[in-house]
Amino acid sequence: MTDPELPMLTLADLGVLRDVRDEDGTVVVEITPTYSGCPAMGVMRADLVHALHRAGFADVDVRTVLSPAWSTDWISEAGRRKLAAGGIAPPGRAPVRTSGPVPLSLGATRRTATCPQCGSPDTEEVSEFSATACKAMRRCRACLEPFEHVKEI
Amino acid sequence: MHEETVYEALDHAHGGEGQWAFGTGFDEPLAGVDTTVPAGIDPADLGAYCLMLGDDALVLCQRLTQWVTAAPELEEEVALANCGLDLLGQARLLLARAGSVGVLGRSRALATDSIPDEDALAYFRDADEFRNSLLVEAPNGDFGQTVVRLLVASTWRLALFARLRGSRDPVLAAIAAKGVPELTYHRDHAARWVLRLGDGTPESHRRTQAGVDAVWPLLADLFTATDVETRLTAAGVAVDPADVRDEVRDVLTTVLERATLTVPGWPEEQPSRGRAGRHGPELTALLADLQGLAREHPAATW
Repeated sequence: MTDPELPMLTLADLGVLRDVRDEDGTVVVEITPTYSGCPAMGVMRADLVHALHRAGFADVDVRTVLSPAWSTDWISEAGRRKLAAGGIAPPGRAPVRTSGPVPLSLGATRRTATCPQCGSPDTEEVSEFSATACKAMRRCRACLEPFEHVKEI
Repeated sequence: MHEETVYEALDHAHGGEGQWAFGTGFDEPLAGVDTTVPAGIDPADLGAYCLMLGDDALVLCQRLTQWVTAAPELEEEVALANCGLDLLGQARLLLARAGSVGVLGRSRALATDSIPDEDALAYFRDADEFRNSLLVEAPNGDFGQTVVRLLVASTWRLALFARLRGSRDPVLAAIAAKGVPELTYHRDHAARWVLRLGDGTPESHRRTQAGVDAVWPLLADLFTATDVETRLTAAGVAVDPADVRDEVRDVLTTVLERATLTVPGWPEEQPSRGRAGRHGPELTALLADLQGLAREHPAATW
């Protein structure tokens, strides 16, 4: 199964597929949303049920798991290569999660990304948000092409 | 790529009748999540608390998305819509949590059975049943005032959510943990706009200061615990809003001072009007927009 919005990635590549198991003849699939408002969850759920039915599994239970919250660190190495090949810069390491108050960040964003078109590391952020919740917009200063970047969470 | 369109897959998942939309229950946000309430927690209180937090997110989402087609630049329109989408997701989870413990208010008197709890709560309650704070329902004002309100609201909500990660209700704790990175992003984005505008041109400074002065009195509605919050805080489920006051004040003061803006005096705190369902006419107008279609066609699928 692929992600509806990042169709070059399987749900396993993206890290939203958390478990698949057999419970007394029922196929139980666990998925987790990337962001709270991820609008693709309904489509993923329907795709999974449809695919398992077609594969001959009549009893299917797709469950949402909310904890632990999804992190871009769960995107597989293969997934990162597929993102870059698809023109989307993969995320760097996610910020470390702490339990206390979240410190304020007032400077320019420190994220970096390599241009997926020409490979230059000389890129700048154009917008902290993009066409889906999980991405930011960047531009390459070398080849001048704009590109999307999966932002680290 | 998919072997069929997403619509075909959704259609297949719902009996192949060629209809899926609001009300068809195609995506329960808590599907498969264990919603058992731990011992010692009053389900009615838990549901009421989830309505407060969920309504804050739903109403602020609606305000932010009012900028779509009207923001100063396309990138910022996408940004405000993205913040709204995150909040909508939080609202769906929290309203579904309230529904899972049977807190539905009068919504079920109007909503048909096929409408999931989250939609019944969002579309079929009147303003007096909403429990959002006055902070989020106030009109947007100009862009300066909008980013000031987003800064205040996300700072406050982030401080609450960071603490709610330790809630004794595992569903609420998971929703909060998921929301923390989202709210961090919103807060820091709003803070950088306040810096840019406050420390910008004389006109941007003047308008952003006016925004601060307009938003500041609404802080009075945020920090006095309701009885529900007091009981749930004692039970280890909720956060006493008074406990986040200092952190909120420190963050806001830091940003406004860096932005060369004047920090107004702290308003005299009062029992929350919004949490008691005493809202202004602005919320009624907002809900008319939000709920009109669902109420006009309560059994609609298309």
